[in-house]
Amino acid sequence: MKNKLIEKIVRIAHKANEGHIGSSLSILDILFVLYNDILNVESIRKNDLDRDRFILSKGHASLGLFVILSEFNLLEENVFNFCEFNSSLGGHPCDKLKFVESSTGSLGHGLPIAVGMALSNKIQNFNGNVYTLIGDGEANEGTIWESALLASHHKLNNLFCIMDHNHSGDRALNIDSIMDKFNSFGWECLEVDGHDHIELIRSMSKKCSKPTFILANTTKGKGIDFMENNPEWHHKSPTDEQLKEIIDKL
Amino acid sequence: MRKQLVKSVEKILSEDTNTVLLLGDIGVFGFRNSLKKHPNRAYNIGILEQSTISLSAGMSKTGLIPFVHTIAPFLVERAFEQLKIDFGYQNLNGNFISVGASYDYASLGCTHHCPGDVNILYAIPNMEILLPGTSKELDSLINECYDNGKPTYYRLSEHENDFSNDVKVGRANLIKKGSDATIICFGNSLSSVIESTKNMDVTILYYTSVRPFDGDLLLDNFNQNIIIVEPFYEGSVNFEVTKTLKDKKYSLYNIGVPREFIMKYGKKEEVDKFVGLDQKSINENINKILCRI
Repeated sequence: MKNKLIEKIVRIAHKANEGHIGSSLSILDILFVLYNDILNVESIRKNDLDRDRFILSKGHASLGLFVILSEFNLLEENVFNFCEFNSSLGGHPCDKLKFVESSTGSLGHGLPIAVGMALSNKIQNFNGNVYTLIGDGEANEGTIWESALLASHHKLNNLFCIMDHNHSGDRALNIDSIMDKFNSFGWECLEVDGHDHIELIRSMSKKCSKPTFILANTTKGKGIDFMENNPEWHHKSPTDEQLKEIIDKL
Repeated sequence: MRKQLVKSVEKILSEDTNTVLLLGDIGVFGFRNSLKKHPNRAYNIGILEQSTISLSAGMSKTGLIPFVHTIAPFLVERAFEQLKIDFGYQNLNGNFISVGASYDYASLGCTHHCPGDVNILYAIPNMEILLPGTSKELDSLINECYDNGKPTYYRLSEHENDFSNDVKVGRANLIKKGSDATIICFGNSLSSVIESTKNMDVTILYYTSVRPFDGDLLLDNFNQNIIIVEPFYEGSVNFEVTKTLKDKKYSLYNIGVPREFIMKYGKKEEVDKFVGLDQKSINENINKILCRI
């Protein structure tokens, strides 16, 4: 199953000559678990006002999101149209696409929007939880920490912020002691292997009185050996030869 | 105008349970009754304007109608990208209400001035821009469009016109009819414009809505000499005027806040005089224009 999804991501990126493959692969297990085990997908499909919501704050990994939405029949367009002129499937998600909760792309927007949704759910006595996925590089943005403060102050225990810790930020402004930081902001903090489905399910199912921060340790480019932890593949598409090599290996 | 804002929003909060108020640690004493009466829908959210705008977008997406209020530069300039992407791009219902206008807080210096707000927000497609000239007009405009499904900016000032007009979003008012020029003025500049042109044979059009812009009234009152009086950066609404008058030949003159940092303190009236927006300066500038014609 997983190799099938990886192959799809790579084939699409090859066809479109576009897509952040490295991040799409590092978040693939997290997204799969979210849609397979955590979110109430039927409620999402029915567009209930009171529903679980997911925001991909690190919007550049949209290709990974679209492949997962397609897998769970939440995509009305052929995912292979990715980044075509008339497609709704862009290099960053747009909320005009059904089942995409928010447009993202500029980093540091998704988490505060998720905070607003979680607070709104509290105000309206809704039961739905709000999940958002940020990157470790994204945590350079001040709005991440403003939001951390807000979520804790308003006791948003219906909010889950998952960090795709694929070390993208290491080459610029590395965030040390991430767990300590979120902990000191008043969040429930859990650290998991971001590719281990059991650990992911446990962390995202845990109920507590605080907002939950999940540090998901991941590998950028996971599943394709020459892409793993190779920054060259942050935003690059495979050549015909590389595509053949990847498919052979998978 | 702030007292009216409190009254108008308090009433809406009481009548419409889908509304929420978010204060950026500004106007907290004024809104004390709302904060007490609606603890789940009225918040002094803190001094974090960027996240406040995004947070309010999240609320808007889940069925609530936010009112966000703070001083103009922090609302517009600090949180510009959040207004652009979270509200403009996604075209969400939200109400952004500033105070301070261009330099109401003259004595506090350039950090608290915001003559660029109209020009800046005009760069965001979908963003409505409203400039009530009096408290009564504010009440009318806010009630007309707070729940219209769009992002809307309200530019409030502590300085009001001497009388109110019957205002509607997207509709301007014909104040006076004349033949030498058509003067387009905005928000709280109307009284100064009327006084400074009382002996002149000019048309005065009064706009409380920059977007949507009432091009029809301008076309109906077209004159080969168009003078725009803007109590914000000069030329901020030129595009709407030139777009409306695209097939016409005319001369265009701007009287507004110069595009420079105002390195002065003092009172708003002193800055008006310094930048040429007091009654006497407006009169002299319009006279000069009419003499050149």
